[in-house]
Amino acid sequence: MTTKFSEGVVAESKRTYINKLAQQGTRIDGRGFDDVRPIKITTGYIPRAEGSALVELGETKVLVGIKIEPGEPFPDTPDMGIMTTNVELVPLSSPTFEPGPPTEEAIELARVVDRGIRESHAINMEKLVIEEGEKVWVVFIDMHILNYSGNLFDACGIGAIAALATAKVPAERHGVGEDFPLPVEHYPVPITFAKIGEWIVADPNLDEESIASARLTVTTNEEGMINAMQKGLFGTFTYDEVKKVINRSLDIGKKVREIILGDINGEEN
Amino acid sequence: MGMKADFKLIDDNGLRIDGRLPNQLRPLRMEVGVVQRANGSAFVEWGGNKIIAAVYGPREAYPKHIQDPNRAVIRARYNMAAFSVDERKRPGPDRRSVELSKVISEALTSVVFVERFPRTSIDVYIEVLQADAGTRVAGITAASLALADAGIPMRDIIVGCAAGKVDGVVVLDLNKEEDNYGEADVPMAILPRTGEIALLQMDGNMTYEELTNAMDMAIDAAKEIHELQVKALKEKYRGDEHDY
Repeated sequence: MTTKFSEGVVAESKRTYINKLAQQGTRIDGRGFDDVRPIKITTGYIPRAEGSALVELGETKVLVGIKIEPGEPFPDTPDMGIMTTNVELVPLSSPTFEPGPPTEEAIELARVVDRGIRESHAINMEKLVIEEGEKVWVVFIDMHILNYSGNLFDACGIGAIAALATAKVPAERHGVGEDFPLPVEHYPVPITFAKIGEWIVADPNLDEESIASARLTVTTNEEGMINAMQKGLFGTFTYDEVKKVINRSLDIGKKVREIILGDINGEEN
Repeated sequence: MGMKADFKLIDDNGLRIDGRLPNQLRPLRMEVGVVQRANGSAFVEWGGNKIIAAVYGPREAYPKHIQDPNRAVIRARYNMAAFSVDERKRPGPDRRSVELSKVISEALTSVVFVERFPRTSIDVYIEVLQADAGTRVAGITAASLALADAGIPMRDIIVGCAAGKVDGVVVLDLNKEEDNYGEADVPMAILPRTGEIALLQMDGNMTYEELTNAMDMAIDAAKEIHELQVKALKEKYRGDEHDY
């Protein structure tokens, strides 16, 4: 069985090797089970966009661009701005990605990132009203995958919040007052885990993701609240495993958030 | 989720707007074998939800490129009827139903002995005729009944159930108002025999404590729902003795 989020066919010898390493408490790239690959964030990479972040999570590379434009509010939320999220699995980034309309993998990925940001109220949508019921700011979060090497959920989630936190609302260009920073008030961070045999590792790389039986993403914010979860793939988790994963994601999420905030603030200085 | 209510969702006695206790399910009715042409089918009425599921297969998978030489491919399609919600839903797949179809397909694959039917597809069609919150878990509950009715070998009959948080209280099985104005929703699919979790999603704002309370509630309720599934299956197949 091959899916979009895998290397394609994985050699049986590699499968056995990864399992053997897991038994010894280590991983194919030498990490511990809770270690996340090195994170590098470059904000403001696309000056043409209202906000942007190039995120490298190990070899995985994602570019997130934020565009902000005036638009009509939804009838049931006349006093709130709008946010939309989209992922492009750009075919240049993996042999398993093909051109064409969004696949179910891309849709799921975008929706999981969307839920983390939306449910944590990361953006204060009430501050994005130009004229109540008539005109509000629409925030477009577009995520381009530039190199697929495992765990796009976390790379996209990290990129989205970093890009949002450094975005400016282009009010002047649209003749509705002065530009102002996008009101970002919370910092949700998704941490994804892969189940390999009976072991569960954080931030799976390409090899690990290719042989994982199940996947679980948990998005938490800086207050220690849980904002989103998504289980994927054909395997199952025990309840005990789920509880442990949630706790681990709270811990790892805290460390990753510090890296994100450090990088964002470094950019501003 | 997320809209602000100008009314209380939990009253002074701790009861919900439909009079339920926090850990109480809505009325639930199941029937097996409702679509004549299908290999298996089921109807679930759960609160205001009316959902029908039908299974076709295992049959040769088309288009051919989706065939897997080692196993059956389970293709679930979650679809809402245009008239199932207050404001007409545009027919056809939207992003939400694409995501739900994916996670439901994955959850069902975890219980079916797919390796027994290489190169085939098992098509599971879930039609939401009327929606009243919790449609994906009701749909999964119906789908696993339909798979059982089709005689497809499975290691368990999967159960869908959701819990969440409204007005700061952890509650089981959210209704429409609670879903719209509540603070969190945790849809799950559970294997009742082993307690394994095959589907797990969550959105909202919950502490670890609240979240585990909600999951505890859903896992407990899964046993009750599973009994109803078994009863519905027996109902149909008890009748068969007299047919021969």
